[in-house]
Amino acid sequence: MSRARLILGVFLLFLLVLSLAVEGVLATTFAYYYDVLITIGINVILAVSLNLVNGYTGQFSLGHAGFMAVGAYAAASWSNHLDPVVAGVLGGMGNPAATNVCLVVSMLVGGLLAALAGLLVGIPSLRLRGDYLAIVTLGFGEIIRTAILNTDFLGAARGLSVRGNYTNLFWTYGLAGICVYTVLSLVNSTYGRGFLTVRDDEVAAEAMGINTTRYKVAAFVIAAFFAGIAGALYAHFKAFITPEGFNFFRSVDVVVMVILGGMGSTLGVILAAALLTILPEILRALAHTSFMPPAFQGLLENRLIAYSLLLIVLMLTRPEGLFGDPSAVRRRFIRTRPK
Amino acid sequence: MTRFAPRTLAFVLVLLSACFALAPSWRAGAQVKVGAVSCLTGELSTFGVSSIQGARLAVDGLNGNGGLLGQKLELLVEDNGSKAGEAATIARKLLTQDHVVAILGDLTSSATMEVAPLAQAAGVPLLTPTATGEEITRIGDYIFRSCFLNSFSGQAMARFALDRFNATRAVVLTDVKQDYSVGLAAVIKAYFQGHGGKDLLELSFSSGDTDFRAQLTRARAFRPDVIFVPAYYPEAGLILRQARQLEIKSRFVGGEGWDSPTLLQVAGKSADGTYYVNHFSAANPKPDVQAFVHAYRQRYGTAPDALAALWYDGARLVADAISRAGSTDPKKIRDALAATTNFPGVTGSISMDANRNASKPGVVLTIEDGQVRMVEDVNP
Repeated sequence: MSRARLILGVFLLFLLVLSLAVEGVLATTFAYYYDVLITIGINVILAVSLNLVNGYTGQFSLGHAGFMAVGAYAAASWSNHLDPVVAGVLGGMGNPAATNVCLVVSMLVGGLLAALAGLLVGIPSLRLRGDYLAIVTLGFGEIIRTAILNTDFLGAARGLSVRGNYTNLFWTYGLAGICVYTVLSLVNSTYGRGFLTVRDDEVAAEAMGINTTRYKVAAFVIAAFFAGIAGALYAHFKAFITPEGFNFFRSVDVVVMVILGGMGSTLGVILAAALLTILPEILRALAHTSFMPPAFQGLLENRLIAYSLLLIVLMLTRPEGLFGDPSAVRRRFIRTRPK
Repeated sequence: MTRFAPRTLAFVLVLLSACFALAPSWRAGAQVKVGAVSCLTGELSTFGVSSIQGARLAVDGLNGNGGLLGQKLELLVEDNGSKAGEAATIARKLLTQDHVVAILGDLTSSATMEVAPLAQAAGVPLLTPTATGEEITRIGDYIFRSCFLNSFSGQAMARFALDRFNATRAVVLTDVKQDYSVGLAAVIKAYFQGHGGKDLLELSFSSGDTDFRAQLTRARAFRPDVIFVPAYYPEAGLILRQARQLEIKSRFVGGEGWDSPTLLQVAGKSADGTYYVNHFSAANPKPDVQAFVHAYRQRYGTAPDALAALWYDGARLVADAISRAGSTDPKKIRDALAATTNFPGVTGSISMDANRNASKPGVVLTIEDGQVRMVEDVNP
């Protein structure tokens, strides 16, 4: 455990130095790569946190974009209204200290509100199992989106402009690191064995005296907290958010990352999040190169077709995901459990 | 196959990233580069494809006539997949990798709101041919718009109803999910009530709804002279059809969101006798419009819709500004764009006002026997 904490500390320190050294150049001259890098970081936070629910605890949540929306809108409205106050204490807007404090405060607001939303949805719905839970979380995501659509204060369908471009490499990857650390140490702790038990056999877990609902709610709230943080980072990076950006398909994107990476494999999920973020951009670049024969170019111009095709191939060749445990899939889908 | 090692995968990932990092530099130089962002795939792809077809036609026509400043004009088309967040990524790519001298786009207001602050910060002019959100051009002095605003089409709709039908009682059916619809409804309401309209009932729905009988029954009971439907064509088509089934006799007036063959298919005969305000009419007898319609039909096999016409004009407007600037310096292109007066577009004569919004005419169209006909020009 202390070793994990040491690795996290070294990682954060390394990140701080890296951020101080290259952030400026990266954000201006190489803004495109910077954009892709930050998006990868945000997707890693989303996928790793969802993996706690969908992978380790074996539940099926389709509402991650909903929690992301809560975080994004909470952080955005907080910043739009209260940042001048926060920054005023620290020597005015634009000062790097004030920028970072504003980002952290608004991220915490976003994360905590999303966690609260997770608790409110989780308590009544996590008594449900499998498909039923998927439907409830799906419904929750849609409710959030529709609620924002009808709230004029949050910009409704017009979308909301967000004050400041606070998001930077340090906080994005720092939080991705903290998210990975939290999930891994939870799962590997004595307490965390409960998550795995719930996944492997809920009935047996209950028979052993494990409060399965409590474990499920805990996983849900932690995942929601990090989704909220990812939403806040997203809002402060793109500087403009719309309810449509947090629709059902956004949730599915994250679920795909988890499944492709291998349910319950944090390393796999991180790689899948990176892969699925870079892939569309690679296809974008390839579509324009003059080396490509015109027939290929036509296919690549419709990037979604190529992207979906690659997903199908990956899923056919590795149904357990990139780093998933093949035996786990066999256990779940091909019932060979001896009686 | 199931046994390829994780290490190989990580290696492939690194290799792909390297490809991705190097790819943009493969493009050949020595052209005037203009970026175009639109939604070629995803939910809004029908709009996006039309828009890029229009812009490509303009650019190819220009290059056929010797190009710009002795160079070819290259349109770098990027697809935002109708996804939030993508437009910002693309804008960063166009600005820092491709070093475009101007950006055309985006198609929707929300995507343009992502692109515009980045273009403004980089000092590269952006012209959106279709985004109608009022706040877009307020972002800064490098942001332009070449279509008319909701405030113009909303006023045109209300004025047309007041003048032509002497309407005093009206219903507005708003799609609360669409920014476009909400904005338009507000303008219609203000103009109608401020210019002789007496009673106005506001009803709402959400895009994706398919049953509007509840709202239409309430509308019928109100006995309006005119029913405004400032919505997009999928819902507008269904509304017209269900209104006919409920035997509503009021006049229906819509906005540019109605402009689609789908509306005619969905509504069928129910669309007869309805009116809508639009940017463009392919039935306009003006010679330059007919020449454009002919060229478009020859290349793509269909008549151009308003989006294609707007993007055609947008691309030509940017090219015109570059040639008037006599330089590819973004600052000079910006100044030339701002000085645009009476540019002869197929969607009418375009001038930029002090707020970098286009001041230009629209048209009122009517549907008769499943055919769209032009009724009159509407001037600003």
